[in-house]
Amino acid sequence: MRYIPVTDRDRQEMLKRCKADSVEHLFSCIPEQVRLKRPLNLPPAKSEMELIKYMQSLAAQNSNTGNYACFLGAGAYDHYIPSVISHLISRQEFLTAYTPYQPEISQGTLTAIFEYQTMICELTGMDVANASMYDGASALAEACAISSGAFRKRSDIIIVEDMHPEYRETVETYLKFRDIKYTSMTVKQLLEADLTNVAGVCVQYPSFYGDIYDMQVIGDYVKQNGSLFIVCANPVALALLKSPKDFGADFVVGEGQPLGMPMGFGGPYLGFFACVKEHMRKMPGRIVGKTTDVDGKTAYVLTLQAREQHIRREKATSNICSNQALCALTATIYLSVTGKKGFKQVAQRCVDNAHYVYEGLLKTGKFEKTSDMPFFHEFTVKPKVNIAALNRYLYGHGFIGGLETDRGWLIAVTEKRTKEEMDEFIRRAGEFNG
Amino acid sequence: MAELIFNLSKEGKCAFSLPESQVPSYEIDKKYTREDDVSLPEVSEVDVIRHFTNISRNNYGVDQGFYPLGSCTMKYNPKVNEDVAGLQGFTSLHPYQPEYQVQGALKAAYELGGYLCEITGMKGATLQPAAGAHGEMTGIMIIKAYHQNRNDNKRTKMIVPDSAHGTNPASAATAGYEIVQVKSDDLGLVDIDALAALMDDETAGLMLTNPNTLGLFESNITKIAKIVHDKGGLLYYDGANLNAIMGIARPFDMGFDVVHFNLHKTMSTPHGGGGPGSGPVCVREDLVRFLPKPVVCKDGERYYLDHDRKDAIGRVKAFYGNYLVYIKALAYILTMGPDGLKKASETAVLNANYIMAGIKDSFVIPYDRFCMHEFVLSGSRQKEQYGISTLDMAKRLLDYGYHPPTIYFPLIVHEGMMIEPTETESKETLDKFIEALNKIAKEAKTNPELLHDAPHNTYVRRLDEVTAARNPVLKWEKEQDE
Repeated sequence: MRYIPVTDRDRQEMLKRCKADSVEHLFSCIPEQVRLKRPLNLPPAKSEMELIKYMQSLAAQNSNTGNYACFLGAGAYDHYIPSVISHLISRQEFLTAYTPYQPEISQGTLTAIFEYQTMICELTGMDVANASMYDGASALAEACAISSGAFRKRSDIIIVEDMHPEYRETVETYLKFRDIKYTSMTVKQLLEADLTNVAGVCVQYPSFYGDIYDMQVIGDYVKQNGSLFIVCANPVALALLKSPKDFGADFVVGEGQPLGMPMGFGGPYLGFFACVKEHMRKMPGRIVGKTTDVDGKTAYVLTLQAREQHIRREKATSNICSNQALCALTATIYLSVTGKKGFKQVAQRCVDNAHYVYEGLLKTGKFEKTSDMPFFHEFTVKPKVNIAALNRYLYGHGFIGGLETDRGWLIAVTEKRTKEEMDEFIRRAGEFNG
Repeated sequence: MAELIFNLSKEGKCAFSLPESQVPSYEIDKKYTREDDVSLPEVSEVDVIRHFTNISRNNYGVDQGFYPLGSCTMKYNPKVNEDVAGLQGFTSLHPYQPEYQVQGALKAAYELGGYLCEITGMKGATLQPAAGAHGEMTGIMIIKAYHQNRNDNKRTKMIVPDSAHGTNPASAATAGYEIVQVKSDDLGLVDIDALAALMDDETAGLMLTNPNTLGLFESNITKIAKIVHDKGGLLYYDGANLNAIMGIARPFDMGFDVVHFNLHKTMSTPHGGGGPGSGPVCVREDLVRFLPKPVVCKDGERYYLDHDRKDAIGRVKAFYGNYLVYIKALAYILTMGPDGLKKASETAVLNANYIMAGIKDSFVIPYDRFCMHEFVLSGSRQKEQYGISTLDMAKRLLDYGYHPPTIYFPLIVHEGMMIEPTETESKETLDKFIEALNKIAKEAKTNPELLHDAPHNTYVRRLDEVTAARNPVLKWEKEQDE
């Protein structure tokens, strides 16, 4: 047992001090009838060498984006991850620490979260941000739940239709169990809808299909009707696109994975959550604030804890306890490394590459346009062939193709794609005839 | 004062570069774009490395020393697990790659789900929940879906013991339940008569941790299960304390219907300063159909994601959970094997009892009998005789180089301090900790001021938390610094 340092001799001495005859004696409080009378049916223990070999064999049965150029997005994006990130986040002081409930020995995590909150506020234009949520979908769901409870006379939620389908399902799951009414509609329908009973309207920015709506028009309508405006934003797009603050967002949430986290088959990712000051004391999760110690030294501490489950129990603003702190640290390092200039360059390169691929695909004559809206780094086109077959063909040529959706083939192009990869992708996609 | 990354910013510095672009630049219509740049710091790579390295040194991790934080199972986080979860064949997978490209990834998830079911005695698993509380919420939603599916719509209440973790009532509330509290008896266990009186046909079930938060096994568990089941309710197992019973007793055999894991406790994945964790849920056979979708399934030799599940509660997050976290848990289970997991639980229990025996003469032990993997002492003697609070003693432990135990929890113990050593600590470590606690008990008598003012040796000392909450400063602003 590599991880159990208590020797047999220790065991005997320890049992004696406990006044127990045997280890079995310590467990005498467990009734016989619920005891497991056989060994667990699990594979026998592996040595470190055997473990590595086995896990490598599982990893080898996957085609990863190190060997295949990825044009798939839809909520997880293949961005470049600067080398310093893995070195810093694997420092044991960050990695093996618990939640910073003891601020005297947790200033590392607390300082980083304070910086993270600042950066998320900068990015979204919001007044306050929390220390992280599980992912973009659950952050959105929490924002909807808080909005619903923010009024005395209205509680319904509207989800604008081209929301990521899994985000929509997550919101629906969170809301239906609390008996909160929700409806789904297009932007066009929203702009004519009666919002009298509507507490919150959520819109993805850019949309699941990549469209950038005129958010000012949506924001104006939502605000004029007295509802709260919840924006689910791509953080990299925010480097270039209008700040949600400017079009009246009350909550800005989203998926922080593009900020330095690997795609990792879906997680762990980072839900970011920010809002205007009015909702500060209703925010879910942990929040770090600045203070001083008894000697007057600046320090950071978990604050506004009266909102949280360990104090308020069933009256808490949310049940969240563990969050995604290490992922928030990752995003903080990513935004520090890329910085003011680099972050914008990443976003602009995404735009350049995505538009290059878009134009290239249309030029092959094999794809139809599906939208005239502006887009960031993701778009749909309609192929004449079966999408699954097209993706399989591209896979044979070293590509991970786009997602099949009800509006066509959803393609994402990040700053990582080279001109050679993009040219070859366009050529192969264009030559496939089904 | 430690500088923030923003204080290091200087125009023109940059730690990042992209290759030269080979494609034409494209400008998005100005109507949609921002005029100013996002105000991020401008720093060099060396600035970044030094800043984050230096602030990290003001943290305390399991790799540095003993972390007897009750209810949190701060065991050693094996390094090889980090290596295998870092393999490119896992990290560089898009969650929407077609199944034929990710058979190894699906196989890993399928196997882990099966192992978690074996450990709990359950029949089906979801790995989707991202943390313990997220698992609790998912599990309670499954219970609600079960009742609703039977057109049993009058159940609006969920029973939670007064010793429960705060997440229990909060999670049940997020699933739309009213919370009813059941009290503990003199032995620190669920009061059976009180439970029987509360449990009715308007109650959806009972959430229970076993061993409970006092570190005591609910030895009436089969009676409790019968009371709940007889009235049509379901029994929920909070897996926070599973480290006490692996290979010894299984929640299903005790009568539980739904279980969540905290893989970041029991299965050794690191806490990362607060997350990411992983909170899988396992259920008995007839509840499998309510699990969130998709579920990883196997057909012959092929692994696939089953999305076609009409009774599923929906989903609680995007994609399939904190994948790279639960890969580490898989590696841990494979390393330990059946005997290793059992030995881990046995040693965790032995270590807890050993500490309890070692400090008995200095502190009040409110429930003085063998404990499981943790126990709760009371600082009431120190409080009453010397005016020293448990907080003071916890802060003094910082001076001795320890992470303090959980304090003032569970709520039913006066001046409580909850100690969970885990199995990865040696006798020598435990001996030194016992010595430190006993010494602090003496200091409470001989030098109370020392404790009132503790800690003395840490990077910062006690903080003004009241002002932090009254006048919240939640982000850096240039003006503050000028």
